Amino acid sequence: MAQVSMTVNGKAASGEVEGRTLLSSFLRDQLKLTGTHVGCDTSQCGACVVHVDGVAVKSCTMLAAEADGADVATIEGQANADGTLNVIQQAFQDHHGLQCGFCTPGMVMSAAALLKDNPKPSEAEVRDYLEGNICRCTGYHNIVKAIMAASGQDVGAIAAE
Amino acid sequence: MYNFDVVKPARIADAVKELSDSSESQPLGGGQTLIPTLKQRLASPEKLVSLAGIDEMKGVCKGEDGSVCIGGATTHATVAAEAGDYPALAATAAHIGDPAVRNRGTIGGSLANNDPSACYPAAALASGAIIKTNAREIAADDYFQGMFTTALDEGEIITEVRFPVPEAANYQKFVQPASRFALVGVFVAKYGGGVRVAITGASNDGVFRWAEAEAALSTNFSASALDGLSLSGDDMISDLHGTGAYRAHLCAVMTKRAVTAAG
Repeated sequence: MAQVSMTVNGKAASGEVEGRTLLSSFLRDQLKLTGTHVGCDTSQCGACVVHVDGVAVKSCTMLAAEADGADVATIEGQANADGTLNVIQQAFQDHHGLQCGFCTPGMVMSAAALLKDNPKPSEAEVRDYLEGNICRCTGYHNIVKAIMAASGQDVGAIAAE
Repeated sequence: MYNFDVVKPARIADAVKELSDSSESQPLGGGQTLIPTLKQRLASPEKLVSLAGIDEMKGVCKGEDGSVCIGGATTHATVAAEAGDYPALAATAAHIGDPAVRNRGTIGGSLANNDPSACYPAAALASGAIIKTNAREIAADDYFQGMFTTALDEGEIITEVRFPVPEAANYQKFVQPASRFALVGVFVAKYGGGVRVAITGASNDGVFRWAEAEAALSTNFSASALDGLSLSGDDMISDLHGTGAYRAHLCAVMTKRAVTAAG
């Protein structure tokens, strides 16, 4: 067992982990931040996407020990300070960007990473960026629409509801 | 996963020492292949030596001879963003896996693993890259020795990869849609001394050069120079995604597309 310390959503967090403990397991099982979902556990589906030092990673395919000292952001830290939904989260609600919701934490974290680097992405760029985030409900159209809307762009011309 | 210890050395020399302490030690690059492998219990190291904290193995720079030098622990995302002096290489890196995978996966990890369907082996072989390790420099032609097999010794670490920059180059990947690995990928690079063509995803022996296509393209660098050339599918990978004959056909198609795109 080894001690790891990191910043999670702006707060200091630490714990004892085994070498094999995944970052997703540390977040969910030890920090009880269960908003980060584990879908496939094989780095395909993207439900577990979090930000580590500002970039999107699949937390099921990173060891907790590797995140020692890192700045980690999860879905729990995305809402505004007053508890209201942030722009991306609100856009997902407004544009029906989710159905069962299982993939949504990863979708929102990927969207946040995309918009940080590319504040006004094209529809094709959004779809390309979501290559590693799988949704089995929506068919993606409304997720793409939500992300476009969150970037402040007109979404009238994007695929029908 | 079986359990293991994790160490994070800050210098190449310390990593080499950690790896030489025990034959049950294994280097960990970005972990995008190794961690899934460990989950399946296909590997059971006692100790993983993470290379992610070694700053001297990170980044893209320009060598004195104009080549593009990439540290072994450099992520695909960084290569995509910073290897602009070799646009076809940056474009190749930009289409490996997905964005989150590109933020972790490294060039050294990919080349050390030498997956028969990975993109970087094709780029390195077609470019005649030099694979620099903690112990020596290995030419790409000597480095790739078959599926998941390389010239690396136990505990040897890829510290840098040096790519001579070609006059024209392009990589065309026919994506296997579930994994986003190459069903077939072809990297074509035109140098003053001739054209090199490297193909990944197709052969049971891993990445390989297509000599007949290279000869034809060195005389006439156009897709029509490839008319009539074909590869046999007999020794190619046959699986549920495609037969050997299908992959052999794709090799010629993707080579033509790469030549056309390279201009």
